[in-house]
Amino acid sequence: MTNSNEELKVQPNCCNDGPKILPDWKRVFVSRQDFLKLVGLALSGLMAMLIAIPGVAFVLNYLFVPSRPAWIKIGAVGKFKEGETVPVEFEDPYSLPWDGVSGNRTAWLRRVEDDNFLAFAINCTHLGCPVRWEAGAELFMCPCHGGVFYSNGDVAAGPPPFPMHRYPVRVSNGQVEIEVGPVLTEG
Amino acid sequence: MEMIDKIVNWLDERTGLKEPLIKMATHLVPPGAKWHYVFGTAVLTSFIVQVVTGVALSTTYLPSAGVAHQSIWYISTQAPFGAVLRGMHFFGASAMILFAGIHMIRVYITGSYKYPRELNWLSGVVLLFLTLAMGFTGQVLRWDQTAIWTVAVGAEQAFRMPVFGKLLVQIFLSGVTIGSETLSHFFALHVFVFPGILVAMIGLHLWLVLHNGISEPPVVGEPVDPKTYKEKYDAMLKQIGRPFWPDAAWRDIVFSTLVVIGVLALALYFGPPHIEKPPDPSIVNAEPRPDWYLVWYFAILALLPHKAENWVIILFPVFLGVALLAVPFLSNRGERSFRRRPWAVGIVVCVLASMGALTVEGFKQPWTPNFSAKPLTQDIIGATSGPVYDGGQVFNSRGCLYCHSISGHGGQRGPDLTDVSNRLTHDQIVIKIINGGYNMPAYAGNITPKELEDISAFLDSRKAP
Repeated sequence: MTNSNEELKVQPNCCNDGPKILPDWKRVFVSRQDFLKLVGLALSGLMAMLIAIPGVAFVLNYLFVPSRPAWIKIGAVGKFKEGETVPVEFEDPYSLPWDGVSGNRTAWLRRVEDDNFLAFAINCTHLGCPVRWEAGAELFMCPCHGGVFYSNGDVAAGPPPFPMHRYPVRVSNGQVEIEVGPVLTEG
Repeated sequence: MEMIDKIVNWLDERTGLKEPLIKMATHLVPPGAKWHYVFGTAVLTSFIVQVVTGVALSTTYLPSAGVAHQSIWYISTQAPFGAVLRGMHFFGASAMILFAGIHMIRVYITGSYKYPRELNWLSGVVLLFLTLAMGFTGQVLRWDQTAIWTVAVGAEQAFRMPVFGKLLVQIFLSGVTIGSETLSHFFALHVFVFPGILVAMIGLHLWLVLHNGISEPPVVGEPVDPKTYKEKYDAMLKQIGRPFWPDAAWRDIVFSTLVVIGVLALALYFGPPHIEKPPDPSIVNAEPRPDWYLVWYFAILALLPHKAENWVIILFPVFLGVALLAVPFLSNRGERSFRRRPWAVGIVVCVLASMGALTVEGFKQPWTPNFSAKPLTQDIIGATSGPVYDGGQVFNSRGCLYCHSISGHGGQRGPDLTDVSNRLTHDQIVIKIINGGYNMPAYAGNITPKELEDISAFLDSRKAP
């Protein structure tokens, strides 16, 4: 009975802006109403977390996918002429079965001499646009903001801050292989 | 009519909505709110166009990396009514961005963001950013060549962020590479998340418009004072206020009708935006470009001094957001008329002029090598054999032409060389070719001594008559 007396006293005179939404923290274990407010708020918070956590975790699940760099065969050594830079196509090791052509990738491959190869990511180090090899000029040129690179990937002109990204290359059983990791997250 | 009255009353007895709705429609507005007050409604109308056309498009569009491009192609070229529908979605988006910009400038110039409408402004800024985010995610959903390279460009910018760069890129791409996950996440943002927040923010924005009332056209010498503003405003409304419906609403409706007719007409006449080549990153000849409303920013990124780039890429968007959000906190009182706010006018004029100039440059993109430059003809070279002729050929074949123009042939990136020998001596030309410069590669390793001799002979022969 003391309870209802209390409420009668506290509630109407509590404040000028009507009934309060938040409990009186000092009284949550004394007043039934303040306790119910606490329970209501706590359970709502819990409920929101129980719904949101699995949803957000699923949406961000790509952060938990293990990395899987792979050595990819791109052709017999003899296919490539010394001193030439050519585009080589391969499939992104991270692509999904329903990626279609979006899973295709290109790298620029240069056979310097013998088994000495250089493989470059196609992305300009300025803003990621696809650079083109201009064989006449012996330069890589970017169509977006005019970045230019030499045949060894070093910056020749324009805004790019770094040399072109190089993939590790090896020759194994007469096959040229490049090791492809995630390009855009490595700069 | 009696029947309708009966139905309305039956509903009202059970909902109690009749009175509040009528009150809302006929709330008093200042009589001076005329044609320059119609742009907010135009944004809302464009948004409704987007919702309807967007829902319709989603019945055929497939957000899967392997087939999205095909489904867009089908919508644009085969599906009955598909071309006009996608066209409306594109021009509706353009209208929404355009009128949101005009609305914001109007509110700024008339000082309508001042007390008590600070939150009207803040919710409007959030709506503007959401609208741009919708535009950007929408462009990605086209999933053509430009779309995937746009994502790559966005990822590279996120990567410039110190410490969190890599994480930001992963969140942006929904993974470590551009693929199905990227597209489906952009799809979820474009059709569920952003529109959901947009609708909620539009609700808040409209509530605030009703709660604080439409700002009266500013009068010189009548500054806003938070202590007295509301009283004066209410008194003014009581004295000369007009009911929103129909005294003010008719102008909004006339203008919005024109907007809808315009969007439909543009969609019928121009059709949907061009779909580029398939989203195959192994096609190396791509020229990614943002849609028109971001071309100015694309131009900034090209024209920056290279050393400033990292700072600008990270800080400029932050600065833009903070500056816009800070507006009502910097000046929420005082004069509203533009006649007493020269700085406000100056800022708007400078921003519009810069954006205009940058957009023009962005479409011309003189900083890009001109890969389709026409080779110099024999007429231009002015010789049929010998070093000058050979030098002209070197100019054609070694890529000089992509960046330098001679007699109207070639690119714009570097200086025009039509009469270069009036400016530079033979030695200066040779040194320039060998060492390169700020935006020019050093050709020392890319050119034979004979070629160097020929091309300098050729360039020596370029002089004004």
